Amino acid sequence: MTSIEEVIGQSQHRGSLSRAMNFQAFWVLVAAILACLALTFLTDAFASERNLFNVSRNFAFVAIIAIGMTVVIASGGIDLSVGSTVVLTAMVISVLMSGGSGFWISALAALAAALLVGLLNGILIAYVGMPPFVVTLGMLSAARSLAMVLSNNKMIWEFGPDHDLLLWIGGGSTLGLPHPLYALLTLAIIAGLILRWTRWGQHVFAIGGNEQAATLTGIPVKRLKVSVYMFSAFTAGVTGILMAGWLGSVTTNLGQSMELAVIAAAVIGGANLAGGEGTVLGAVVGALLIEVIRNSLILLGISAFWQGMFIGSFIIIAVAFDRIRKLRSSD
Amino acid sequence: MSRLKLSGVSKSFGAIRALENVSIEVAPGEVMGLMGDNGAGKSTLVKIVAGNFRPTQGDIFIDGRKVEYHRPIDARREGVEVVYQDLALCDNLTAASNVFLGREPTLGRAPFRIIDYPQMRRRSAELFAQLKSETRPRDLVRRMSGGQRQAVAIARTLLSDAKIVLMDEPTAAISVRQVAEVLDLIRRLRDRGLSVILISHRMPDVFAVCDRIAVLRRGSLVASKPVSQSSPEEVTGLITGAIETA
Ligand SMILES: Nc1ncnc2c1ncn2[C@@H]1O[C@H](COP(=O)(O)OP(=O)(O)O)[C@@H](O)[C@H]1O
Ligand SMILES: [Mg+2]
Repeated sequence: MTSIEEVIGQSQHRGSLSRAMNFQAFWVLVAAILACLALTFLTDAFASERNLFNVSRNFAFVAIIAIGMTVVIASGGIDLSVGSTVVLTAMVISVLMSGGSGFWISALAALAAALLVGLLNGILIAYVGMPPFVVTLGMLSAARSLAMVLSNNKMIWEFGPDHDLLLWIGGGSTLGLPHPLYALLTLAIIAGLILRWTRWGQHVFAIGGNEQAATLTGIPVKRLKVSVYMFSAFTAGVTGILMAGWLGSVTTNLGQSMELAVIAAAVIGGANLAGGEGTVLGAVVGALLIEVIRNSLILLGISAFWQGMFIGSFIIIAVAFDRIRKLRSSD
Repeated sequence: MSRLKLSGVSKSFGAIRALENVSIEVAPGEVMGLMGDNGAGKSTLVKIVAGNFRPTQGDIFIDGRKVEYHRPIDARREGVEVVYQDLALCDNLTAASNVFLGREPTLGRAPFRIIDYPQMRRRSAELFAQLKSETRPRDLVRRMSGGQRQAVAIARTLLSDAKIVLMDEPTAAISVRQVAEVLDLIRRLRDRGLSVILISHRMPDVFAVCDRIAVLRRGSLVASKPVSQSSPEEVTGLITGAIETA
């Protein structure tokens, strides 16, 4: 005997394959895997250990920030200042370490600087009521300028007593995998759990879906927005520290126009620039596709000048797909 | 004793007198239709009861006790819930998430508290069943009909054990079939002993579901009487001013 409730319940559980196929991240993953296979056959260099190591590390940098960006976009905002936050944190940690401070205290100070950038973004957006685009665009300029002031626009490659530790953390590997991948894995799991299972996560999607409704139900919208920008700045800060260790030297053009690759990764992975949608898995898979394509341009001997064209087109195409999907579902 | 009583309530916005010395009572389990032309002050009255505005003058009583609110949350604590005109739902979330928005039950201890989704789904399924709505807890609001959205918005009010539900034009933008669903939902609320204030421009709706009808004209209450003693013609006259008072 089946009651009506059971029938209703069953109709909600379609096959998990068909559910996955409705999920943008699934198709992006398929595209990334196909691109990898194609590159393996077309070039000798792609599948080389050295190249894969580089690809996976670069991918991790973009993916870590794309997770933060996805949360911002899901809340209905945007953060253009992440690339500048990367260079600011990298500069704070390298200036402190080259001045003789230890790694951990310098890393904490660098993360604090990143969180301060996020806090300022959040306050201007949530409490002063300025558009996220404008605030974070201003911050993009201000934070990079601050990094130049801090370093006097000089390259830093001497990191004091903990020099080797920094290089190992950002550039080393364990069990054959580069350390940034471990950072990405940890962050992805934690962020995924938080977004899905906590009230904070639920409320991020609520304000992205309908901010007015969220306010009416008593959700602390302003505080929540501040925390969202602090989270994205935190992911940029972690990346800045890892990149400093990977490169072994920090210059003031680190992370330049990285925000575009990050936004492209988030949007390709299904984050909706209108707010209310986005997943951690999508951000990671989107970053993977971008990095594989970027690598393929290099390996196939296409001029690096085309990279910007690809990233820009990706953002526009992903948004266009989203529009088409909306139009079809509203009929 | 009346559930809600307004006594001599006035509200001015600068030089505009949006409400002028309005006194009105709603009994427990009574559905009151509030009618009036555009700008007559209906939304202002609802917002005062909901705690969005403070009256310039006059008092509000709930169950005979004088209440004073400073913020909407104070009104909610007194058992007043509002179903907003645009419904104030998050399209991207499920029905259950919307019902519990801002009041999600959790499991575990801080800082490792997680949302109790099974309880949310179970409880909202119960509420939808009480409302005899086919709305399913897991469905996204985006994919719902207007009537199902109404059910979600109204289930929110049941969740909090409200005493008074205020509805500002809930049937303004939905199809005829959905209007019937909403009117049914209002009857369910009434059967559960809740008092409802329904703002509507649609005369047939008001006469179908309301026990009492109140008419505002340019901020003043010109009638408050049982539906059975009135008629659409009389109400039209009261709204336009062709009939002075009743
Ligand atoms: N927040 C406000 N500020 C200034 N005037 C307002 C405000 N809200 C309403 N009013 C004025 O109060 C009067 C009554 O408006 P309202 O209550 O919205 O009428 P109704 O809902 O019956 O159409 C109108 O003249 C309107 O312009
Ligand atoms: Mg109105």
